[in-house]
Amino acid sequence: MSWVTKTLSSSLGKKLIMAVTGLSLIAFLLVHCGINACIFLNDGGHTFNEAAEFMANNLFIRVTEVGLMAGFIIHIVDGLMLWKSNTDKRPVKYAVVKGEANSTWYSRSMGLLGSLLLIFLVIHLRHFWVVSRFTDVITSGEKTLFQEMTEVFANPIPVVIYVLGCISLAYHLLHGFQSAFQTMGWNHPKYTPFIKSVGAGFSILIPLIFAAMPIAMYLGWIA
Amino acid sequence: MNLSLKVWRQKNANSEGKFQQYDVQGISEDMSFLEMFDVLNERLINEGESPVAFDHDCREGICGMCSMYINGEPHGPNKGVTTCQLHMRSFKSGDTITVEPWRAKAFPIVKDLAVNRSAFDRIIAAGGYVSVNTGNAQDANSLPIPKDNADDAFMAAACIGCGACVAACKNASAMLFTSAKISQLALLPQGQAERTMRAEKMVAQMDVEGFGACTNTGACEAECPKGISLENIARMNREYYGAVLSSK
Ligand code: HEM
Ligand code: SF4
Ligand code: FES
Repeated sequence: MSWVTKTLSSSLGKKLIMAVTGLSLIAFLLVHCGINACIFLNDGGHTFNEAAEFMANNLFIRVTEVGLMAGFIIHIVDGLMLWKSNTDKRPVKYAVVKGEANSTWYSRSMGLLGSLLLIFLVIHLRHFWVVSRFTDVITSGEKTLFQEMTEVFANPIPVVIYVLGCISLAYHLLHGFQSAFQTMGWNHPKYTPFIKSVGAGFSILIPLIFAAMPIAMYLGWIA
Repeated sequence: MNLSLKVWRQKNANSEGKFQQYDVQGISEDMSFLEMFDVLNERLINEGESPVAFDHDCREGICGMCSMYINGEPHGPNKGVTTCQLHMRSFKSGDTITVEPWRAKAFPIVKDLAVNRSAFDRIIAAGGYVSVNTGNAQDANSLPIPKDNADDAFMAAACIGCGACVAACKNASAMLFTSAKISQLALLPQGQAERTMRAEKMVAQMDVEGFGACTNTGACEAECPKGISLENIARMNREYYGAVLSSK
């Protein structure tokens, strides 16, 4: 085995992969949230459609998108593998576990929260990514992406699913954001409190903005 | 005090274990948790039953032998103490207390509450040492050590190798222990000679032994009787990444 594969398949290496891919997904979320928040301008989706079109046609963005896909897949596969192998490290379970005495429930539930995110992701990609990339609904000019959004969110079921997805994301990040820095070895009395505050702020604010979109559309605040 | 104990009984590593209920009476609240077990064991011996096997040695919180998982927490409900330092006044008469062994694939059960922690010894043997030349000890002042490093190394060296970190961790990860052992040497001039190989070898051994990967829940730090800090795990990560990048 080369030293690279040996390192990346060690427990610390697998963790490093989680942290690096996790942080790239966080960077992606920031861009994604910024663009989608254009709908709050309430200009009939004009700015949002333009931004979406720019993203769809820009070469740099399209290349980055391939990296993003790889990042998602690696994060998910590595995460599920770690989850499985970690569970196997305690073949006989405790009869009594007082988890709340030593850690937060969401830090102990990263695999579960991640799996909920995965389910959400499949539904979400089906709603918008598949429609915009693999059908000609948007390209033919039949509908804009904004119209597609308003149609999806006229129905309460997707709205509830999206809000639940955002809650899972919030808790996943509430632990994951600062955890990624610890994994990368970045723990310092000067910076760690700052990272933790920024992480908590990000984990609450970004999912909140995302969740506001389907709600606002359902209630007709944005049309 | 009168207490009801649910104790894990298991003959050996290969047999099936189960909980056995024992009612113990007349326990003084000044007794330690282990002394309460001594009372129980004396009775079991008198009744011709086999006593509950458990590890212990110093009974003053320094050897790291005692290891009971009490009511869902390693070393019981109190912070910063080992099982031998846990006193019965932390419980109420009439309580039911569930006592389990450390549970981890890497810590096979020897008997009842005693587990085999030699995986820790093998992690240390893989690199947790320094080369010391023979001859007279040199003057301490000839080795300048920054105060911060000395303090951090000292705090890491407080680890008594009890394994509560593994027992508390949902992944049965030994990273708090291993990182403490790597840190105490990496921070001192005496530890520099083996610094690179130490991080690589100890982490590799930790994986071979079958401990899980850290999820940074912090359960280990919260349950560690010696308050070993998560900063050590971050330091181990840095030491390891640095080592694999620079070693030849
Ligand atoms: C937008 C989506 C996502 C983002 C931004 C994200 C971000 C993160 C971050 C920052 C971490 C912390 C890494 C560390 O502790 O070093 C993490 C951990 C984790 N993620 Fe995700 N994640 C996302 C989606 C998913 C999905 C879909 C899964 C699917 C199963 C998943 C599973 C996990 C697991 C199991 C961990 C814990 C790994 C460990 O600490 O050992 N995540 N995630
Ligand atoms: S780090 Fe703490 S809990 Fe783990 S072995 Fe050392 S003293 Fe025990
Ligand atoms: S018996 Fe030595 S630490 Fe408890």
